[in-house]
Amino acid sequence: MPDFVLTSSMLEKSKNILVNSLINAGVRTVLLIDSAGNILVNLGQTADEIDAISLAALAAANLGATAQIAKLIGEDDFTLLFHKGKNGNINFGRIGNDLILITIFGEDVSLGLVRCRITDISESLRIIFEG
Amino acid sequence: MALIDLSKKEVHCKIVYYGAGRCGKTTNLLYIYNAMNTKNRGKMLTIDTKGDRTLFFDLLPLNLGKISGFDIRIQLYTVPGQVMYAATRKLVLKGVDGIVFVADPLRVRKERNKESLEDLRKNLKDYHLNLDEMPLVMQYNKRDLADTPIPTLTIAELEDDLNKELKRKYFEAIAIKGNGVFETLKEISKQTVHQVAVKHLLTTL
Repeated sequence: MPDFVLTSSMLEKSKNILVNSLINAGVRTVLLIDSAGNILVNLGQTADEIDAISLAALAAANLGATAQIAKLIGEDDFTLLFHKGKNGNINFGRIGNDLILITIFGEDVSLGLVRCRITDISESLRIIFEG
Repeated sequence: MALIDLSKKEVHCKIVYYGAGRCGKTTNLLYIYNAMNTKNRGKMLTIDTKGDRTLFFDLLPLNLGKISGFDIRIQLYTVPGQVMYAATRKLVLKGVDGIVFVADPLRVRKERNKESLEDLRKNLKDYHLNLDEMPLVMQYNKRDLADTPIPTLTIAELEDDLNKELKRKYFEAIAIKGNGVFETLKEISKQTVHQVAVKHLLTTL
């Protein structure tokens, strides 16, 4: 797992994609993190509203644990993980080998729409960060 | 895996406190958390069981200030030390940049210390990392026990067991009182940031 150098251009391009596709569709929070729990892009909320550092660390660990569960039942990995709450839902999806896209959204946005949008932008995001 | 954010001029590094169960890894983080100014530390995240044993990991984000215009942000993690949590221990090591190995001085934990160091070496190897090339600091904790009737290992014995070949800097500590805690943190941060700077030719760091 090599070190990761994040440039302004990568950040700008990815932010444009994430805002156009997810934030404009009503998604409250979008976090793009690496599998070590570092935050690459954080959109849609302020630091007072959410503890993004803890969320990123737990999300990376959660997906890591899920991958181990997948192996125990003979799967390579589960690429999607979804938790439903009373007022908010959270979806985790893998982008390429080392990135995780976290989206938090309310009942006014459908899970299907979020997943379709994530599928649409996954490859573009992967190319930006992994080449 | 360090993250170098050129747009915000930030360097993010991950340091993991490793060691056998009950050696004092979480105690180190708690002391740092309580001693540091709230401006320079984030929230401490801890996932433990009812018995106060770390189940998954503890996380403490710190800001170590600016070096040559770059904000240095460090995330301190601990692993669960108990043997049965092997899978979670390995997960926490993903993307690690520097390691503090905390050793327990109790004579009955002699083998546990050695097993934990071997476990660390093996887990790093699975991520294609070599312990011999990683930033690493040894911390010999609970030194206050040496003055009690409880059978403990001497520094010479700990060095012989754990650091004979690695030959890394070590610190004696009483983490619960804070002795040696910041000395350990300062040394591992220095080694880790230096390694990242050299690797990425950030020669100004």
